[in-house]
Amino acid sequence: MKHAQFMTRLCCLTALLCSSMIGGMAASGHAADQKNIILATTTSTQDSGLLDVLIPLFEKKTGFMVKTIAVGSGQAMAMGERGEADALLVHSPDAEKKFMEKGFGSSRMIVMHNDFVIVGPAADPAKIKGVKSAPEAFKNIAETQSLFMSRGDNSGTHAKEKAIWKASGAACAGQKWYQETGLGMGQTLGVAAEKKGYTLADRGTYLSLKNKLGLEILCEGDKSLLNVYHVMAVNPDKWPKVNTAGAKAFADFMVSQQAQTVIKEFGVERFGQPLFFPDAGKKE
Amino acid sequence: MNSIQSSAGLLEARGIKVLRGGFPVIDIPTLLVEHGRVISLIGPNGSGKSTLMLALASLLKLHQGSIFFHGQPIDSSAARAAYRKKLAMVFQEPLLFDATVFENVATGLKIRGMKQQEIDQTVEEQLARFGIGHLARRSARKLSGGEAQRTSLARAFAIRPEIIFLDEPFASLDPPSRDSLVDDLHAILRQTRTTAVIATHDRMEALRLSDILAVMFAGTIVQTGTPEEVMNRPADEQVAAFVGTETILSGTVAKTYDGTFAVCIAGTLLEAVGEVKKGEEVVCCIRPELVTISTDTPIGHSSARNTFTGTIVKISPLGLFYRVYLDCGFPLVAYVTTQSLKNLGLKDGTRVTASFKATAVHVIKK
Amino acid sequence: MDLIVEGIWKALLLLFTLDPEVLSITLLSLAVSGAATLISLVLGVSLGFAIALTEFRGKKFVISTINTGMGLPPVVVGLFVSIFLWRNGPFGFLGILYTPLAMVIAQTIIAAPLVMGITVAAIQHLPRNLRYQILALGATRLQMMRLLVREARLPLLAAVMAGFGGVISEVGASIMVGGNIKGYTRVLTTATVMETSRGNFDIAIALGIILLALCFIINAVLTYVQQRERPR
Repeated sequence: MKHAQFMTRLCCLTALLCSSMIGGMAASGHAADQKNIILATTTSTQDSGLLDVLIPLFEKKTGFMVKTIAVGSGQAMAMGERGEADALLVHSPDAEKKFMEKGFGSSRMIVMHNDFVIVGPAADPAKIKGVKSAPEAFKNIAETQSLFMSRGDNSGTHAKEKAIWKASGAACAGQKWYQETGLGMGQTLGVAAEKKGYTLADRGTYLSLKNKLGLEILCEGDKSLLNVYHVMAVNPDKWPKVNTAGAKAFADFMVSQQAQTVIKEFGVERFGQPLFFPDAGKKE
Repeated sequence: MNSIQSSAGLLEARGIKVLRGGFPVIDIPTLLVEHGRVISLIGPNGSGKSTLMLALASLLKLHQGSIFFHGQPIDSSAARAAYRKKLAMVFQEPLLFDATVFENVATGLKIRGMKQQEIDQTVEEQLARFGIGHLARRSARKLSGGEAQRTSLARAFAIRPEIIFLDEPFASLDPPSRDSLVDDLHAILRQTRTTAVIATHDRMEALRLSDILAVMFAGTIVQTGTPEEVMNRPADEQVAAFVGTETILSGTVAKTYDGTFAVCIAGTLLEAVGEVKKGEEVVCCIRPELVTISTDTPIGHSSARNTFTGTIVKISPLGLFYRVYLDCGFPLVAYVTTQSLKNLGLKDGTRVTASFKATAVHVIKK
Repeated sequence: MDLIVEGIWKALLLLFTLDPEVLSITLLSLAVSGAATLISLVLGVSLGFAIALTEFRGKKFVISTINTGMGLPPVVVGLFVSIFLWRNGPFGFLGILYTPLAMVIAQTIIAAPLVMGITVAAIQHLPRNLRYQILALGATRLQMMRLLVREARLPLLAAVMAGFGGVISEVGASIMVGGNIKGYTRVLTTATVMETSRGNFDIAIALGIILLALCFIINAVLTYVQQRERPR
């Protein structure tokens, strides 16, 4: 019928238009492929605002364009395992070691650290204020069945939290007082503040939200609360499309003098204390 | 199958068939529409009139056969496009666009790329012709049924079509609107000598407007002829039942009296009631139920003014009574009960006296 | 409650001071969703027309597929598009993941069925004989399309508004295929999610208000056009 003819012609025309558009943009995109670095990092790293300072410096210096994709540590490493990212900036040491063992990464270097703190309501029903050991504080919380908010999202924070629970020997999974939000750090802190519960947070995020929360730092300084960041370059042997030059340039930059200085001074002006401590070259 | 013999064919259909689900919706071996004539397609709902109209206007795909316009076959998309620019079609629903009356009537002209000045002029003319000049700026959504259909007609005539198709154009209108519009359309068709094909199920409308009547049943044309031929001499029972076999007689008004008149039909004078002028052409319809037959009443003793002697040409059964065809110098149809038939001993060839009142004659002015 | 008031204040402040980041986020939202809506309009109206006016085998199936497409969850669309566009995926060679183009593609996939479905319904709703009437007036196929679009302009404009509203407010697909990269693929919705997860509720609310204002203005304009010259 006449309409069918018209329909097919119109279809072909629009399909042609669309594909030529995509082809055109892709062609320009392809040339720029080698200029692009996909950096998979964690939400807390992005939320701290540190990358907003470091990335522009890197881009200006090297001419690479960095696409920062902020997801959980778990997802970041999954992306690396599939070759969908060139460099990873994460803070989940056990998972990172496994990543390197399986051969997905070609290099791993320490960049910086900050620490986690256990925060909770001023009333402190589990009486953990002043407790030095983080696992012990967790044990107290479990025994008093006090409300605890977990990120529950395979992020670096969540991994750290699980490690401390393991060390404490207390059971938390499935307990009524143990609630998993599946949300980012800022939101999880918000929920904990609302419900007057405890949670594990990185100092940086806590500090930036302190005034609005009404939660206090009740346990800090324990070695198990250290949060170490590493930068890893994805191994091109497994995935040839990886931008090796870009990844190397980025990793080198993160441990360079320039970057480390920026890291040392970041946050001082705003919070009176630095959010991160540069660690490049140090032993683990 | 009847067909009209003629040489001045504007539109001709040969062997056309349209199928739906494998079954023919219309099956027309031949149909000829002459130049300047008005042909009406009549038939019950579902007889295929609308389908035939769409097929004749090349708007439907034909599964078989072809149509010829000015002798040229309409068989390619180019031919169809050219043909469509020369025809117009009006449907039962006005199908106006969501715009003003003026813009609606101008649509066909805009499509043909006419200059705005010319469009303005032509549209004004058509609006005046159909008596809707005062509605030019009104939105099409705010028109009455009659006004909307007038707009649709004006839109169709504005493009000066060589042939116009009207598919039950007055079926949705109330009687007064319908009557006035039928009159106006009749006048315009006469004036412009436009060839027209009209589908309708209203016999009176068909009578009023058309030169030729084609009766359709179940997708085929069963009879074609002048209205009188078809109505008075239906080809078969089906047609007869549909056209209602009223006696239809054309004649000229011979004398006028106070409120009544005598019309001369085939040399005989018939009396009827109405306001007419001497010399006027009229059509007289006589319902068969109002005709009484007797075998012995002599002229002069009945109260009916119209009394004629005639011979029975044919008797056919019609359920509870019989249909009797008479020849009284003009054809006349009467209904007779089974009882009367027996009592009077009527058969073919019997000479009878038929009478009917002057008020039984339904007059149509031509 | 005062959080919302704070948010409104913040929104006005950001707008009046023409905060460059907020401006770029807003403009990108408009550009991406605008482009997607435009493409969906062309695709949706032309295909919707063709489908509505043609009789073919399996027509009902095609229409029900389109109608199902109207309810596609954006996040699922985002997931599938990103899988296709991954470096090592079938279209990875194009290298368009984490670009505004990828977002336009994903949003077009979300909006096109919407526009198409409403167009099909709108055209089918027109009187059956209208097409014949238009053809009988001597119109070409293109002229017929123009006339039918004019007749169906009310539901078609509704389709545009529905399509645009749907994509400018979606976040799942935008995050997955765009990556929420600062200054490059960050739009109002993805920025709002990010600020919320950071706990910056005032900024999040401000961005939300800007998004609402944008939707309102655009829909107000389209509604005005839609309802214009309708003397009742």
